[in-house]
Order: sequence, then C-alpha cells, then structure tokens
Amino acid sequence: MTTDLFLSNVGFFVMGLMALAGALIAVSQQNLLRAALGLILAFLGVAGIYFMLEAEFVGVVQILIYVGAISVLILFAVMLTRGLMRGAGSGHNSQWIGAAFVSLLLFLILSAVALFAHWNVTATKVTTDLVPKIGVDLLTTYLLPFEAISLLLLAALVGAIVIARE
Amino acid sequence: MVPLSFYLLLAAALFCIGLFGALGRRNAIAILIGIELMLNAVNINLVAFWRYIVPANPQMALAGQIFALFVITLAAAEAAIGLALVIAIYRSRDTVNVEDVNLMKW
Repeated sequence: MTTDLFLSNVGFFVMGLMALAGALIAVSQQNLLRAALGLILAFLGVAGIYFMLEAEFVGVVQILIYVGAISVLILFAVMLTRGLMRGAGSGHNSQWIGAAFVSLLLFLILSAVALFAHWNVTATKVTTDLVPKIGVDLLTTYLLPFEAISLLLLAALVGAIVIARE
Repeated sequence: MVPLSFYLLLAAALFCIGLFGALGRRNAIAILIGIELMLNAVNINLVAFWRYIVPANPQMALAGQIFALFVITLAAAEAAIGLALVIAIYRSRDTVNVEDVNLMKW
C-alpha cells in the first residue's frame, strides 16, 4: 500500500518534471530543432501524466498524434523554412519582457485558484473497461461532435494542401 | 494519490510557459510550438478533473476524456493549417520572422 502510494507520487513528479523541462527548452532555444525536440519531451511528459491519471487511452492517443504526427509536421516545417539558419541574436521578439511579466502574473493567479479553491473531490471511481465505454459514448452521446470533427478534419486537410501548394 | 491541485499547478505552469512562447518569440513556428504547449496544459486540466470529480449526470461520466480527445484532434488540424500558412508566407516573403511580416498585400 505504501509502496503503491510512493510509486504513484514518484511517477507524477518525474513526468511533471519532464513536461516542464521540455516546455522550457521549447520556448527558450533559438535553434528551432532543439525547440522541437524539447516539445517532444514535453509531449512525452504529458502522456506520462495521463497514464498517472488512469486515462490510458488518451495517453496513447497523445503519443500517437502529438509525438507521432504533430511533432513530425513541425520538424518538416522547420526544415522547409530553414528557420534554424537565419537570425542572429536571441529568439525573442521586442516585447518579450512584457510577455514574461504577463505569463508570470497569470501563473500566480492560476496557482492561487488551484491551491485555495475548494474542489469537491469525490471518491475514487471505478476505472475499468474504459476503452469500450469511450467507443460507445463517441457513437451515442457525442455523435454530433464526432461527425462534426470528421468534417473539420476534411476541411483542414484540403485547406492545408490548397494553402501550401505552389 | 496526488491531490488535484498538484495537477492543476502543473497545467498552469505549462500554460504560462506556452503563453510566453506564443507572445515573446520571433519565429512563427516557435509561436505555434507555444500554442501546442497551451493546448496540452488545457488537456491535463480536463483529464485531471475527469479523474477526481464524478459528474452528476451519469451520461457525462467520460466527458473529460472525450473533451480531451477532441482537443487533441483540433490541435492536429490547427497545427497543419498553421504550418501550411507559415510555409506559404516563407515562399512569398522569404522570412518567418513575425516582426518582418507587417504589410498586407499591396
């Protein structure tokens, strides 16, 4: 029991640290390839957090889509625009001090809400047989968003090809 | 079990790091990287609330996970379109520096 508690806490801290380290690398590196690799580290950390939260299906989808598709897309765009060969100096624009101030302020507000609000945490739920339930829910309760998002993916597919062609 | 506020803190930190990346970077692709970080932070919040709080309506028992799945799908579509736009701008202006792309077509 105690080893179980310890292991679940260690997992959260390791994965959380990985996500935060990857995010910091992604926003601070001027070399875009390093930023993209930091982003991949952040995505893997977030997938680990999903596994800690017992949402395994979302974790696997995160790895498949974010690490497998979106990161590769970003790397393609970096290579095609040769962003890493241009621009001497830092990667920040002229308003980065204001941006840092605003993000810090927002972090203070959000952490105050997270720590001092009274969340009605209910008892631990039964988390068995989730993937069949997700499948059933997608086709019954959430049928309309499901169909709408397939239409949206079609539009995004065609739109991306039309925008990026010669 | 880790308390809920730890997950919310982690999501807030990720969101603010992504916000700094989206507001304070020069390269358009770096801005898109910041946006992806913000969407991931939101997803952590959704799944954490799904795990720790059971909704009153039993039909919505999996709403947090389904919402997170839709956000992941939308992020993929938006990244594809955004990067196509960056490539198109690079082809016509030969730069991806957002400070240089400040004139509409004349």
